[in-house]
Amino acid sequence: MELVVFVLAAAMILVGGLGVVLRSHPVHAALSLILTLFGVAVMFVAQEAHFLAAVQVIVYAGAIVVLFLFVIMLLGVDRTEDIKTEPFKVQRPLAIIVGLGVIGLVTAAVVASRDVVATRGSGIAEPAMTDPDSNIRQLSRSVFGDYVVAFEVTSVLLVVAVVGTVLLTRKVKSTSKESQ
Amino acid sequence: MSALVAAATPTATWYLVLAAVLFGIGTVGVLVRRNPLVMFMCIELMLNAVNLSFVALAKRLGDIGGQTTVFFVMVVAAAEVVVGLGIIVSIMRKRPGANVDDISALKG
Repeated sequence: MELVVFVLAAAMILVGGLGVVLRSHPVHAALSLILTLFGVAVMFVAQEAHFLAAVQVIVYAGAIVVLFLFVIMLLGVDRTEDIKTEPFKVQRPLAIIVGLGVIGLVTAAVVASRDVVATRGSGIAEPAMTDPDSNIRQLSRSVFGDYVVAFEVTSVLLVVAVVGTVLLTRKVKSTSKESQ
Repeated sequence: MSALVAAATPTATWYLVLAAVLFGIGTVGVLVRRNPLVMFMCIELMLNAVNLSFVALAKRLGDIGGQTTVFFVMVVAAAEVVVGLGIIVSIMRKRPGANVDDISALKG
């Protein structure tokens, strides 16, 4: 059963990932990205990370991809681009070599270290029917306990991001009037 | 047959290898594609690969800190997407249809 879930979710992730890279239409790439993000959410559920799976669907597949599609429509780049021609002839083979190298090296490291580490922490709570929200409780203890300073700094980061984006995309009518 | 199925239960190593493959696909995408929006999506792929390996290692090591890290990575990714798309919108408004080679000098 676990194997079936893994194979199906892995197929979703890989097909979506290849779709992002290979589809020439930006909207199709964004929709392939949704497929990948849902596959990763399934993987999160299979790895006892239920809260993160919900956040993955809501924040990533919901908010972020909608933002992508919104910008694609706003900029009017929703047309097929020509990805057959390549200005630098060597770039594509080099990129594929680099990608395969990354995959090969990381896979070698993972396989070589598969028996090294056994257990470190106190264990991930496995949600049961009697205690379905144990994962959320454990995660919230960690976020609001051990990592509460990081959580507060995150709020500063979000404020900075919002202010920065407003400044970046503001129309500069008023300043041009002043300069005239 | 049942022994074979029992032996083929996915371990953390399977998830980590899958995350490596997804990261490699994202890397190739960033290196190959010219459209800044699609390059951004490929960066999201790489972030998701790292999140997947964090969650797999959290399960294997029995440490909830991995899931906490994924939580923070998601928040930072959301902020990063907002700022990055803001930059792309403001560039594209000035010169429509630009790809990343046109704006490689980092000045208007």
